[in-house]
Amino acid sequence: MKMPDKLLVSTSPHIYKKDSVGRIMWLVNLSLLPGGIAGVYIFGLDALRVIVLGVVTAVLSEALLQKLTKRKISILDGSAFLTGLLLAYNLPPNVPFWIPVAGSFFAIAIGKQVFGGLGQNIFNPALAGRVFLMASWPKYMTTFVLPFNCDGVTGATPLAMLKEGKGIEALSYLDLFLGRRGGCIGEVCIAVLLLGAAFLLIRGIISWHIPVSYLATAAISTWVFGAQGFFSGDWLFHLLSGGLILGAFFMATDYVTSPLTKKGQLIFGVGCGLLTAIIRLWGGYPEGVSYAILIMNAATPIIDRYTKNRIYGAK
Amino acid sequence: MKKQLLKEFIKGIVKENPTFVLMLGLCPTLAVSTSLSNAVGMGIAATFVLLGSNIIIAYIKDLIPERVRIPCYIVVIATFVTITEMTMKAYSPALDRALGLYVPLIVVNCIVLGRAEAYASKQNIFNSLMDALGMGLGFTLALILIAGIREALGFGRLFNYLIVKGFEPVVMIGLPAGALLVIGLLLGFFNLIGSYKE
Repeated sequence: MKMPDKLLVSTSPHIYKKDSVGRIMWLVNLSLLPGGIAGVYIFGLDALRVIVLGVVTAVLSEALLQKLTKRKISILDGSAFLTGLLLAYNLPPNVPFWIPVAGSFFAIAIGKQVFGGLGQNIFNPALAGRVFLMASWPKYMTTFVLPFNCDGVTGATPLAMLKEGKGIEALSYLDLFLGRRGGCIGEVCIAVLLLGAAFLLIRGIISWHIPVSYLATAAISTWVFGAQGFFSGDWLFHLLSGGLILGAFFMATDYVTSPLTKKGQLIFGVGCGLLTAIIRLWGGYPEGVSYAILIMNAATPIIDRYTKNRIYGAK
Repeated sequence: MKKQLLKEFIKGIVKENPTFVLMLGLCPTLAVSTSLSNAVGMGIAATFVLLGSNIIIAYIKDLIPERVRIPCYIVVIATFVTITEMTMKAYSPALDRALGLYVPLIVVNCIVLGRAEAYASKQNIFNSLMDALGMGLGFTLALILIAGIREALGFGRLFNYLIVKGFEPVVMIGLPAGALLVIGLLLGFFNLIGSYKE
């Protein structure tokens, strides 16, 4: 064996950790798995088809594009898998097969690879794909199947009902918490999503700053402004419906597109929460999580600039 | 002399294409490239204005004082745009309605003013004529390319005829955001080809 292979030369600190991009990404994928299983249980095998199509397309697209641009093929690091998985979780279970395919391809090609690959993108790729699908085929993206039925009966999601101002008395908080409601595949079962989020928090993969500030701001905003009089909004309903839990724990916390410092992350979370509440309460769409996170992704560079840590010894 | 004139004409189509190389006049490009008929109409109108303004400005360039040249060019260009608009309203009112505000906006189309400022004010009439033709043709071809892609993918049509039955159009490409996306990707593609040639 050559001598240089036996010598590891590096500068201090000589800390060795098993972490790598791949390890972190696959742990996040693992934590999202219960959400998908719950989604398939609630909505049937259609949901499984969407998830598989989304993930496979994402991984294949990344391999293809990296081969075409002569970059190293890095599909084993789990980031393309994660993008495809998150995109699929953001889709209604009854979409035609080409929707997750088109969305995943767009998410990887335009949302990630065009910018230079992992670590170079400005926007969360899964959300970019979702917004592309929403703008291009709104009819398919807003038709939701009711849970636990095999006949494809469609109905309104809780947030859509809220937007139109009717019929939300039939849903209890438990229904929302367990996922007995219409919605996207990965967002409905809050219980298992929180399990996955707890796993990530305990392992130290995400920190509490973004989710807590995001959820707290959204809750306070919807409490203050959410109903006719001030301070009487149904904040628990807002927290438990739509993609808020999925977005706050798994998409807003994406390393690449969120601020680096803790202070910056708090600002980021507050911004996301405010925008989500504004779009939900006064905007045209019933759900605002994806747009809120994307807008704050765009604001991340300037947040980073103004929340730089003081360098030791500098004034 | 003839070779020189031909060179001025050819350069406007590929080497110095106003949309993809000089990156001028992108605003009307975004708005007008939603359908092929609009694209062709706009291309012809802009070419006519370019032709007229380039020739006149090349003719009178020595009479215009340096410090007031831009307003003078604008007056010349506006004259030709008015002629174009009136002709369009008389002979093809449907096209005029489709292009809407973007016909009078040819006055401030950067291609027209840019060529007047950068070329016609310095060269003789024949060179300016060929340059105008080349730039106009290049602009029209670029518009046709972009509109072809956008109309086919974003609306499922070409020249208002349905191409494939059952195709769900990608609505976003028909929107301005999609226009920027298409132009950006085409630009990248052309830069790639250009880099192979070197």
